[in-house]
Amino acid sequence: MGTALLKADKIVCERDDRLLFSGLSFELFAGEVLRLEGPNGAGKTTLLRILSGLFSTFEGCVSWNGQNVRQCYSEFQQDLLFIGHKSSIKSTLTPLENLRFLMGLQESIEDDELWKALERVGLAGYEHVLCRNLSAGQKRRVALARLYLSSAKLWVLDEIFTAIDKKGVAQLEALLAEKAQSGVAIVLTTHHELSMPDVKLLRLGRVSE
Amino acid sequence: MSRDYQSGPSHSEHGLLSVLSVVLKREFLSAFRSRQELANPLVFFVIVIVLFPLGVSPEPDFLRSAAAGLVWVAALLATMLSLDRLFQSDYDDGSLEQIVLCAQPLYLIVLIKSLIHWSLTGLPLILLSPFLATMLHLDAQHIPILMLTLLMGTPVISLIGGIGAALTVSLRSGGILISLLVLPLTIPVLIFGTGTVQSSIDGLSVAGHLSIMGMMLALALTLSPFAIAAALKISVSD
Repeated sequence: MGTALLKADKIVCERDDRLLFSGLSFELFAGEVLRLEGPNGAGKTTLLRILSGLFSTFEGCVSWNGQNVRQCYSEFQQDLLFIGHKSSIKSTLTPLENLRFLMGLQESIEDDELWKALERVGLAGYEHVLCRNLSAGQKRRVALARLYLSSAKLWVLDEIFTAIDKKGVAQLEALLAEKAQSGVAIVLTTHHELSMPDVKLLRLGRVSE
Repeated sequence: MSRDYQSGPSHSEHGLLSVLSVVLKREFLSAFRSRQELANPLVFFVIVIVLFPLGVSPEPDFLRSAAAGLVWVAALLATMLSLDRLFQSDYDDGSLEQIVLCAQPLYLIVLIKSLIHWSLTGLPLILLSPFLATMLHLDAQHIPILMLTLLMGTPVISLIGGIGAALTVSLRSGGILISLLVLPLTIPVLIFGTGTVQSSIDGLSVAGHLSIMGMMLALALTLSPFAIAAALKISVSD
């Protein structure tokens, strides 16, 4: 497989005088899915933010294609899709406008593609409804429509299944599996049971007695 | 947006201009959807100026000498009021993270955002100012000078204020903190803004004053986007 797509080397991170993790290392190759596990407060979100470059007060090194991320940050950003806790959906815009903006920050996507993606996340007919009138799950689906459009090579997904119904979760899992097949590396956290095969696990947090 | 779109979504084809135009459209659209909020600083501006003669003195001579300063102070405070909105909603819904993660230079994106903020708050103030200045008995010949100083000064306030807004965006109730942080930095703009109009009233040349205001505008336009971008990165990493 050659060099790892994403490599974390001896990461040490402390927050509010609490050591979240020390000497954390792992490698992620193209096509692999890595799931972070741990109790609340174990530092899953922090690690995802470190990996995506949003949180930079840590020791150690994150490298992308064998190069330190800090040195190739703009190339890294182009290859990264990050969906965080907050869904990035503006309530005064419609799903279509939100998606157009979020995708437009990274790629040029034609409008029919956006329509199709919204249809696939089950929002057909809601394209022109303001997001403030949508339910929490529907808002989350708008954010997740990006998964159908993105051509990023690394997906960092923080609790994306929150507020999504069972059928939606199954559909998303299928999508993630399919994308991983095609070479996308995925790091995710979730409290849902995943039925996907071949998921690498990384346990965070002190092992409790 | 799809000017250079050829063969499927590929990163290298997606340029800076398309990102900026996406940001531009979205900012105007969401501002348009919350029009009432846009009116707040304008209403504040008008009310302060309308109440001043009632509260202090309706004497034309007094108002004439106070007009420039009054319009300027009201404009400064009105702009300040609107600043906490600049990044707050983007921070709350998480889209600020997406903007920070965008591969295009962040300082250009925040420059666009600040200029849009100015065009929605500063610019309407400038357009209203002739009416209010006339109400304060400022002679018609000085009104263009007043508008010119506002035109050069309000973008500086928006840009410097943007730094404060970016630094305080992750704090609850950052509103008052922005004013404390930013107000001292905007004093020079206020002094030269009113000074220019005063010189014009005194029959002196305003070229010197205007060049200093121009300098402040040039510095704010070129330097503050970097400061705003750096401050946003700090705020987002909390």
